[in-house]
Amino acid sequence: MQKFERLEGLVAPLDRANVDTDLIIPKQFLKSIKRTGFGVNLFDDLRYLDEGYPGQDIAGRPLNPDFVLNQPRYQGASVLLARRNFGCGSSREHAPWALEDFGFKVVIAPSFADIFYNNAFKNGILLVTLAEEEIDRLFQEVEPNEGYRLDVDLDNQRLITPSGEVLEFEVDAFRKHCLLEGLDDIGLTLKDEDAIRTFEARHRTERPWLFRETMQVG
Amino acid sequence: MSGQTLYDKLWSQHLVKQRDDGTALIYIDRHLLHEVTSPQAFEGLRLAGRKPWRLDANLATPDHNVPTTIKERAEGNAGIKDATSLIQVQTLDENCLSFGIEEFKINDPRQGIVHVVGPEQGATLPGMTVVCGDSHTATHGAFGALAHGIGTSEVEHVLATQCLLAQKMKNMQVRVEGELGTGVTAKDVVLAIIGKIGTAGGTGYAIEFAGDAIASLSMEGRMTVCNMAIEAGARVGLIAVDDTTIDYLAERPYAPRGDQWKAAVADWRHLVSDDGAAFDKEVTLKAEDIEPQVSWGTSPEMVTGISGQVPDPAAAFDETVQRSHARALEYMGLLANQKITDIKLDKVFIGSCTNSRIEDLREAAKVARGKKVAGSIMLAMVVPGSGLVKRQAEAEGLDRIFIEAGFEWREPGCSMCLAMNADKLGAGEHCASTSNRNFESRQGYGGRTHLVSPAMAAAAAIAGHFVDVRGIDSAAANDPALVKEA
Ligand code: SF4
Repeated sequence: MQKFERLEGLVAPLDRANVDTDLIIPKQFLKSIKRTGFGVNLFDDLRYLDEGYPGQDIAGRPLNPDFVLNQPRYQGASVLLARRNFGCGSSREHAPWALEDFGFKVVIAPSFADIFYNNAFKNGILLVTLAEEEIDRLFQEVEPNEGYRLDVDLDNQRLITPSGEVLEFEVDAFRKHCLLEGLDDIGLTLKDEDAIRTFEARHRTERPWLFRETMQVG
Repeated sequence: MSGQTLYDKLWSQHLVKQRDDGTALIYIDRHLLHEVTSPQAFEGLRLAGRKPWRLDANLATPDHNVPTTIKERAEGNAGIKDATSLIQVQTLDENCLSFGIEEFKINDPRQGIVHVVGPEQGATLPGMTVVCGDSHTATHGAFGALAHGIGTSEVEHVLATQCLLAQKMKNMQVRVEGELGTGVTAKDVVLAIIGKIGTAGGTGYAIEFAGDAIASLSMEGRMTVCNMAIEAGARVGLIAVDDTTIDYLAERPYAPRGDQWKAAVADWRHLVSDDGAAFDKEVTLKAEDIEPQVSWGTSPEMVTGISGQVPDPAAAFDETVQRSHARALEYMGLLANQKITDIKLDKVFIGSCTNSRIEDLREAAKVARGKKVAGSIMLAMVVPGSGLVKRQAEAEGLDRIFIEAGFEWREPGCSMCLAMNADKLGAGEHCASTSNRNFESRQGYGGRTHLVSPAMAAAAAIAGHFVDVRGIDSAAANDPALVKEA
């Protein structure tokens, strides 16, 4: 996992509550053998006017001009502003994979579904929970101001608006640490790399037949 | 001090670090891979810019998606008609190639079901920790190895760190005492165990199978028993090392030679539970009480002896059981109190990581020899567990016996065990299957699976319904003319 760096991100507003994982990435795309490449099908039902299927060439697909992510002013957005209960539905890890692949690093909403919350952090996405009023205010600010960016400072747990207003947020200390250090389960285990190497060396001496390089074959 | 169980020993021999939160880092000696659960793990490695920690610990083979028809297999990967299946197999090939992992590809004679291939190569050794992104990894516990299934994110974790984050399980011992009757096999033993303790009976435990009846089993039989530990709820099944284990491994390609073999054998001799080792739970069955088993429902615990009958849901003690039995009977299209021998079959499947080894095929061939599959059976197929099993069977003439009896003789793979390739049951069809799961639609949408031993499956193919294999006339089997012709 990459380290989560402080960023000044373009904000895209998705003004809709209860965005479920099927809306984030419809089920037909789960057949993929990859964990990347879901970005083009992020919000597929909202984004395109036809029905998507895996492996399709997206070049010719009719875009829904009303959908926020299709508007030129939101191209390159890395912060998604959303409504209540974002990410409800199935446990598919494809949902954060799709958001991340599209380029979102932060989602801001009044609340998130549990499983999605876990999955997102596991995949390096910061979820910021703010009060409903603060979210309302952000929606009001974003829409009239093209090029609206938020400064996301995870270290100090605050967002800074273009006008300099500071919005503080809470985040679980362990998750924050993992994100800042770029640690996933694997990253954490690799912190014990020395212990693993020491164990491995002893194991190899005691039972060389468990290692093909030290195994006697002839 | 009380002694250690086999599981305790294996655990402590692989403990890298005990964490304060109760989890531990466990070192993994052997990691087996197949095409279905590995692609996202490799992708994850690539995205994070990581490399496998230790290449030589890994061994891969495609098994779930491969076609089993001779014609399709002759074409290699091109014979895989389903595009998604093809991509999965090609992705495994590419990943193994680019990361440098050894793979037995689709038409390598050593290819096969990963749980048949590992032991056959000696890639599964006593005292190892063995993992694979597949729940039937429990199979390898037959060698006194600590083996269990893992998820895709854990596949990535093992590739990257050679370790797994794990929590120690509790110890359970299932003893099968006495001598098994003729015609009663390892499959019947494990089905009877599951029937007794239930599919959640082993949840949270590592089950060690012990007792004279277990010790008398061949390695193939022991693998059948450990394979289905997961159907009893236990991720781990184990059997202590003895001469049978050691004899099986001698000279296998991945097994050590020379002095190292001697040192290994001396070490493996300790892989038994100490006298007086304490188990958290103990269960004992009498071998004499076990008759050939047939599952009648949609869970492996819904099983009974061949002389038994389908239960009457109304007679069940508890309401939840009543409901689940009633639902199972409806799905299976069976009647309460129907005799097991009255269940008619449409298809027969001999194969899967539970029962596709040479001994399984020999047992089935013994029953099929000189007989004919009943006209009412639409399809009876034999799918060897690996290319090497297939060759061995052909060298012994078993293929001829099956073909002459009207069975289809196929190429190795998972096949109709889970119907990810083209081998499937149709809705409503009853199948005598030597596989391990009789869940709804497991073998094809609406299909009805009955779990049995290879001998029972062959007998059912010939009769067209379930019969007690112990009563089968084996005169033909002893007819020298037939044997010669085979
Ligand atoms: S044979 Fe069946 S149970 Fe065994 S690995 Fe293949 S699909 Fe899984």
